[in-house]
Amino acid sequence: MVGLVVVSHSQTAADGIAEVAAEMGGETRIEPVGSDGQGGFGTVASDIERAIAEADSGDGVVVLVDLGSAVMNAEVAIETSDAEAVIADAPVLEGTVNAAVAATSSKASLESVREQAEAARGIQKR
Amino acid sequence: MSDDGKAAVAAVEAVADRIQDERSHLTDLDSAIGDADHGGNMARGWAAAAEAVADLEDPEPAAVVKMAGKTLLSEVGGASGPLFGGSLVFASPELEDGITGESSAAFAETYLEKVQDRGDARVGDKTMVDALVPAVHTFKKSVEVDDMTPVEALAKAVAAAERGVDFTVPIRASKGRASYLGWRSVGHQDPGATSTLYIMEELLDVAMEYDEAPDELPDHAESPTIPDGEVTEN
Repeated sequence: MVGLVVVSHSQTAADGIAEVAAEMGGETRIEPVGSDGQGGFGTVASDIERAIAEADSGDGVVVLVDLGSAVMNAEVAIETSDAEAVIADAPVLEGTVNAAVAATSSKASLESVREQAEAARGIQKR
Repeated sequence: MSDDGKAAVAAVEAVADRIQDERSHLTDLDSAIGDADHGGNMARGWAAAAEAVADLEDPEPAAVVKMAGKTLLSEVGGASGPLFGGSLVFASPELEDGITGESSAAFAETYLEKVQDRGDARVGDKTMVDALVPAVHTFKKSVEVDDMTPVEALAKAVAAAERGVDFTVPIRASKGRASYLGWRSVGHQDPGATSTLYIMEELLDVAMEYDEAPDELPDHAESPTIPDGEVTEN
């Protein structure tokens, strides 16, 4: 099963987004990761790499990110990770919800889950 | 330990000391247009890097630079980890055959390439790229076209970086946290360009010392003695 990692500058935000997505995503493995490791806002590549390893069950991991350094640190983490992982260029909350649902499909692949996450870019609120 | 290796270790320590000295200044710059963590993050990261390279058993230049980069990556939360640390790791193999004018130019170019690729920034975005691009281009031309010594070329590169830092003041940020401020970022000096300049100034100091008297470089990383060097612009 394709796993998910949610990266935010705030651990609280990452936890909350994972919580919302888990409501829809059934058994999808969602690992939230955030903070600068010193109790402040930020992201750390090695923490993201660990989260990717946790989320991976062999079918790969889609990584959802919030802003700026979250993208860069996720890229570094993916480069150094043993697991196959990709970043979804998507709004972090909506993308995570979409991906969590997509991952539960019996035909889900790393690419299809990423596509569904990125489809969240077009979501209109009203 | 080779002289090049000693110089590399001394350089990491000199940078760590300088960033520690400039910590509050960097934080002030970052609090104007960012999140006020650049000074603290960089000081913590470089202090850890200095400790890590002092523990290396065989501190050849490429290994020293790679270890410094890896330490920055794991210690510095935020964009500075991948930009400063990740780029050092990526460029470190260029120094595998030692530090020469040519290998330093290749290292600088590869470092710059990674910073631009990772940060997706160009000259004029009000980032460290504004200091790096003129510095790297100046260094490369000085070594490869003007046949300057590496130290002369580095002195010219530092001067170019300084002008690049000044250039960040009047422009509007298009990348990084400061870009959220739009026009309000105008009039403030970019912290990342500034710390990049400090790093280069320390490299120049160590390179001058190394050039003049490689035998006097400390064998033990704990006691670096790096006097202030005088830079003559030419």
